[in-house]
Amino acid sequence: MSFVVAENIFQSYGTRPILERVNVTVDEGEFISIVGASGCGKSTFLRLLLAQERPTKGEIRVADAPPAVEPGLDRGVVFQRYSVFPHMTVRENIVAGESFRRRFGWFSGAEKRAARERAAATLERIGLDQVADQYPATLSGGMQQRLAIGQALAAKPRILLLDEPFGALDPGTRLSMHDFLTELREETGMTVFMVTHDLEEGFKLGDRVLVFDKPRWDPTDPNAYGATITYDFDARDGGIPFQRITEETNVLRPS
Amino acid sequence: MRLINQQPGIVLRTALMALPFILVFVAYSIGSEIRLAANPSDKLLPAPSTIAATAERLFTEPDRRSEKVLLWHDTGASLMRLLLGVGISAALATNIGLLIGLLPHVRATLAGFVAVLSMIPPLAVLPILFIVFGLGEVSKVVLIVVGILPFLIRDLSARVLEIPREMIVKAETLGASSLVIALRVALPQLLPRLIQAVRLSLGPAWLFLIAAEAIASEQGLGYRIFLVRRFLAMDVILTYVIWITFIAFMMDLALRWMSRRLFPWTEAGL
Repeated sequence: MSFVVAENIFQSYGTRPILERVNVTVDEGEFISIVGASGCGKSTFLRLLLAQERPTKGEIRVADAPPAVEPGLDRGVVFQRYSVFPHMTVRENIVAGESFRRRFGWFSGAEKRAARERAAATLERIGLDQVADQYPATLSGGMQQRLAIGQALAAKPRILLLDEPFGALDPGTRLSMHDFLTELREETGMTVFMVTHDLEEGFKLGDRVLVFDKPRWDPTDPNAYGATITYDFDARDGGIPFQRITEETNVLRPS
Repeated sequence: MRLINQQPGIVLRTALMALPFILVFVAYSIGSEIRLAANPSDKLLPAPSTIAATAERLFTEPDRRSEKVLLWHDTGASLMRLLLGVGISAALATNIGLLIGLLPHVRATLAGFVAVLSMIPPLAVLPILFIVFGLGEVSKVVLIVVGILPFLIRDLSARVLEIPREMIVKAETLGASSLVIALRVALPQLLPRLIQAVRLSLGPAWLFLIAAEAIASEQGLGYRIFLVRRFLAMDVILTYVIWITFIAFMMDLALRWMSRRLFPWTEAGL
């Protein structure tokens, strides 16, 4: 039973192909790390999953629904930067995760109190209850990313998409964010896609690691061909292979 | 130590700040002294004491005919026009700026049009405004609007476009409609920029106000200055100029204070 299905995805900007023949199926609750060199379409693939862009060919379906045409409630996202609203306090940011779907984006009366109480619980969970009334600009990078994740989860998405969420953090903070994300995942069992530059991070957190690379390379015109998924590693068991009887490595073979 | 690394202390800083004002005042006093020594009835550079006396008379003594203190009367009339013009422009620019910045269809329709409109010299269309709206209050307010609205729209729509795409996408994933994104993401981030833009456009707004008043008016600060020019009443003109400068400066200060007070998050930081 596959939850997210990407079928024969092609994406090009103008005449320049970025992605070619991307096929992948993901089960509900899997943590997928996406790694690859710069400019190999990792972020493009994430934007396609987010439905911020639509592929030139092929389609991505989530839970057998028709392909989405724009970002919506079923996909939560955290970017490397700009993922929280600077003009709202930390608490308001969390409440916004629930209230933005309303007609005017506001809660009032009893609903507002209830939402604020839920936000307080969330903030305690993500360790930001001490700074609930501060503005995000006063927080450290790690705290801002925790807030961004908390806000995304407050909307209760079915898939969480992370675009290099820890890219701008220092190594120590990054490690504590890994623990934080691992705990959150155990609690929610959510399907997560994470783009990262850090192979170690990808293998540590992910159940599967997808590697994006260009299978064909024209030395006179490096942009002639797009990238695709060249490896699909099983990253459970700490990324150590052959710990299970059956193991899918899904290495792309020339047909 | 390099010049770029030398910082004045607090006392020196205050003294340096006052220095240009003092220099201008001293230069004027000397010039006035020399001219008055040559010709005691010289009207071009009245002595600072004369200006002070005139200022006191203008601020306190009512006009003999109308029994109103004309300076306050003029100030009231001018401020009314200025605030109406700037207020209407700011309100329109916020709405149009949001629409242009957020909606690609509106942007495709209006962005080029506004760019062309903003190249029309407003004073060149002043005669048209006088013909269409008459010589009353409306034409003066409209001149201010025509003068600063295109700038405000261009500035504010550019500010909306500067909002990181990530933030808009994030709001979309939280289920926000276009309206919610406009009201709760774009507008709150636009308002501090609006105050900045209004501060910048206050100068042109005063220019257009005084120009309109100088040409056709029955009251107002600009009207009075151009009226007494005929009598070479430099003391009155200078009083009015200093008064206008003071008002403009206070407006700028008030807007800056407002921006800091209403939008604490713009200055929040570690």
